[in-house]
Amino acid sequence: MKSSINIFSRWAIFSGMMLGVVISPNISAQETSADSLKFVHLNEVVVISAGKSLDHQKQHKPLSSLDEFLESSRGVNMVKRGAYAWEPTMNGMASQRLTVTIDGMQIFGACTDKMDPITSYVDVSNLSEAQISSGQQGAAFGNAIGGAINLKLGQSNFRPKGWNGSLETAYESNNNMRVFGGELNYSEERFYLNTDIIYRKADNYKAGGNREVEFSQFEKYNFSMNSGIKISDDKSISATLIYDEANDVGYPALTMDVSLARAIIASASYKQDRLFGKFDNWESKVYYNTIKHVMDDTKRPIVPIHMDMPGWSETFGFYSQANLVRSKNRFFFKLDGFYNKSLAEMTMYPQNIEEPLMFMLTWPDVRTTNLGFYAEDDISLENASLKLSTRLSYHSNSVEDDFGFNSLKIFYPDMGRLNPRFLKSFSAQYHKMMNDFHLDAGLAYGDRAPSVSEGYGFYLFNSFDNYDYIGKPEMNTESSVDANLSFTYKKPLFEVTAAANYFHIFDYIIGRVDNSLSSMTIGADGVKVYENLQYAKIFNTSISGRYSMSNALKWTGQISYHRGVDNDGENLPMISPIAYRSSLDFFKNQYSASLSVEGAGTHDDYSPDYGENKTAAYATLSASFGKRFFLNDDDLFIKAGIENIFDTNYSSYTDWKNIPRMGRNFYVTLSYSIN
Amino acid sequence: MKIFKYIYAVLFLAISLTACSSDDNSDIPEENPVKDLYKIYEFSRPDHTVEVYSVKQKLEVGYNEISIRVKNIVDNSYVADAAPSWMPMMHMEHMSHSGPHSVLSNSVNNTVYRGHIVFQMAGNDTEFWDLTLNYNFKGEALSETTLIDVIQPTNGLKKVQVFTGNDDVRYVLAYVNPTKPEVAVNDMQAVLYKMQDMMTFPIVENYKIILDPRMPGMGNHSSPNNQDLTYNSSTTMYDGKLSLTMTGYWMINMKLLNANGELLKGEDVTDDAPSSTLYFEIEF
Repeated sequence: MKSSINIFSRWAIFSGMMLGVVISPNISAQETSADSLKFVHLNEVVVISAGKSLDHQKQHKPLSSLDEFLESSRGVNMVKRGAYAWEPTMNGMASQRLTVTIDGMQIFGACTDKMDPITSYVDVSNLSEAQISSGQQGAAFGNAIGGAINLKLGQSNFRPKGWNGSLETAYESNNNMRVFGGELNYSEERFYLNTDIIYRKADNYKAGGNREVEFSQFEKYNFSMNSGIKISDDKSISATLIYDEANDVGYPALTMDVSLARAIIASASYKQDRLFGKFDNWESKVYYNTIKHVMDDTKRPIVPIHMDMPGWSETFGFYSQANLVRSKNRFFFKLDGFYNKSLAEMTMYPQNIEEPLMFMLTWPDVRTTNLGFYAEDDISLENASLKLSTRLSYHSNSVEDDFGFNSLKIFYPDMGRLNPRFLKSFSAQYHKMMNDFHLDAGLAYGDRAPSVSEGYGFYLFNSFDNYDYIGKPEMNTESSVDANLSFTYKKPLFEVTAAANYFHIFDYIIGRVDNSLSSMTIGADGVKVYENLQYAKIFNTSISGRYSMSNALKWTGQISYHRGVDNDGENLPMISPIAYRSSLDFFKNQYSASLSVEGAGTHDDYSPDYGENKTAAYATLSASFGKRFFLNDDDLFIKAGIENIFDTNYSSYTDWKNIPRMGRNFYVTLSYSIN
Repeated sequence: MKIFKYIYAVLFLAISLTACSSDDNSDIPEENPVKDLYKIYEFSRPDHTVEVYSVKQKLEVGYNEISIRVKNIVDNSYVADAAPSWMPMMHMEHMSHSGPHSVLSNSVNNTVYRGHIVFQMAGNDTEFWDLTLNYNFKGEALSETTLIDVIQPTNGLKKVQVFTGNDDVRYVLAYVNPTKPEVAVNDMQAVLYKMQDMMTFPIVENYKIILDPRMPGMGNHSSPNNQDLTYNSSTTMYDGKLSLTMTGYWMINMKLLNANGELLKGEDVTDDAPSSTLYFEIEF
């Protein structure tokens, strides 16, 4: 069930929903054959940029945001609070149940209201691919229930290519977005240096019917640099630095905007081909990242009370990993750890200026320590394979700040500062090939610690259900037993896959109304306290297909259904209704074109307790056209398209408070590569 | 925050060193028992002086903790047999009355006589407070009366309530602690007196004061896990717990119940009645 998708191409976007997909006629053969043996993991790889130079032939909307790339993947849905910083969800689970890493580095957003998922701190210009692993298949990256998304940074990796560079620009009509980017790379056998910079600025976007969505503007730039040196034939060191800053980001679905979201991400790693003569691909990395996130509402004309909510998150971490191949067993071992500091505060300015400022710590300087060991064994059998994996971790949270500790003791007088846990994950994944049939089946157990907000949040306002949330430090560890099953029938010209997975989650963590508590936020309906439910159940299923009508014309499609309920049979929030996508792609010579439809059924199984309502069904139609020119040795690529051709005014279940999505949008991208 | 850690570390070191050395050497002078207090009045006599100290820089309407020492000028010692008593008096245009006050006790330090007075009102141009002190010096009973300044707290916050209960008794309820409120569960204390006559204010025992702290600036947000004030016979005050979820201006709404649980004063806070008529105010 491994597939590779090149997101940059309209071909690929829709093939992305498919299993074992073919990217383009040129490379389809090798991709499929390379895939067939590894066809075992419930993984998906979203290729963002093949190598470091953008391969424009395969790009649909080359400078679209990382969020749009992720959204095009089969398994990921993006929760939107505006035009910027969407939050990835997988298998009906949001970021607290996922591990999201950048090149294996743990990074945690600094916003108490999830306005800065870590996917917002990198840009497509930095990345080569997104590795998406469902359920415990993502345990290599951390303890999670729903899965893992690892964003892999692009690196030249000592390919002897010399100097190369490119300039890109894009414009989108709907929100007047301007994108400028450039990269300059140098690579030889013993040394490489990659640099890139990208700048985006957008005004408010307009929903269908030319209705402006106020406070949906944003501005951001991202700079990254990575470099490597071979110190001997089998040893190399490399270092990475990413600086990302967004300013003036509007969140139309929330009551506050963001004046600054800044991340500095740095790492150094050491690679050695062999270790102790037995292990190979030994790689060790140390990393550090620091995030500052400032929410404010000074640009909102009417607020009951002005407030500032800055947050800080700082993480130190390391990992060291190696492979060991023993005849039919391919082992992978990883030792990793991180230490995170999360602090957030809120200052409110009373209308009576004679009164003192109102101040609270919304995250009481929580220190999270995690030390883990991961091992997997990929066993080759006859026309089949079995992968066994496990992760064992020590995980602890402690409250450092006395002010914050005393604040939480108002609710939990007996709470201690330290809360250690032992986390574990086990999984078995089996793959069987029978001529043109592929069978995948897996069984797994995993658990996770509560997030900082779930454990220690102090009056965090959720604008969706209109409740303040209080964390609960001594909750049980949430654990999940999950099973997955998929069948694929695969022929050169067509392919169809039916897949399903089921999560039975014990001690499911969710906020429940506590009527004895009084809300803090003016206008809120009350207070919810995080609790462990006895259990919750989530079921996801999809059917996807591909049909190549000719070398130049291809059809892809997917339809999916999801269901999530708690132990009382009540609907869980943020679970997708029936959703579908389909696309017709044309590619010949240097021309490309596509026509695609995307839509969802009525959201009948919504959760009114969490602010959801019955979102109506919708469908949108989009098209794109591209042409490549050769100018001497250089390469010019033009891509243009229309999204939401009929200017439909709609919102989906992922749209926070049902803010409408973007209406008709024309875009054009120009890329010029200098070789 | 870091600076505090250093300060604490230094303090801790200093204290532990002091503690060690005092074990070794009993000649180290005792810590000044009035170190953190403000000397607000002093009367000089040929052979002694009387010093009046207050926790607050100035006497304010509400609860005031006051300490008194009598110093023998001849040998620079403080006497432990002054046995003082006191009587605060408010002189109004047509009448005079006293205010609730405790006895003066030297139980903590035998030369420092400590007690408290609750001033129900501030002095002004035509109305003023005085304080009469009766004490012994070298076996001789002496008396001293002095004018004292009692002002409204600078921030004008309500820290004392004088009211007639449903039982037609006049009560004085004054806020004592926390003097430095924190975002935490604070230990709260208050004193409750009834007015028997103009001069006599006995302590009221075994009543109950129900707390409902609110932030009017935040949509009347309240806090959980408050503990009603109940009578503590050892301190003769009312003790409870006050939860404050953030800094800022808080109104502590209260209801006073007698020993039979009957409501004497105060109302429930509702959407229509955002505050009780019995309340204290704090800011931090």
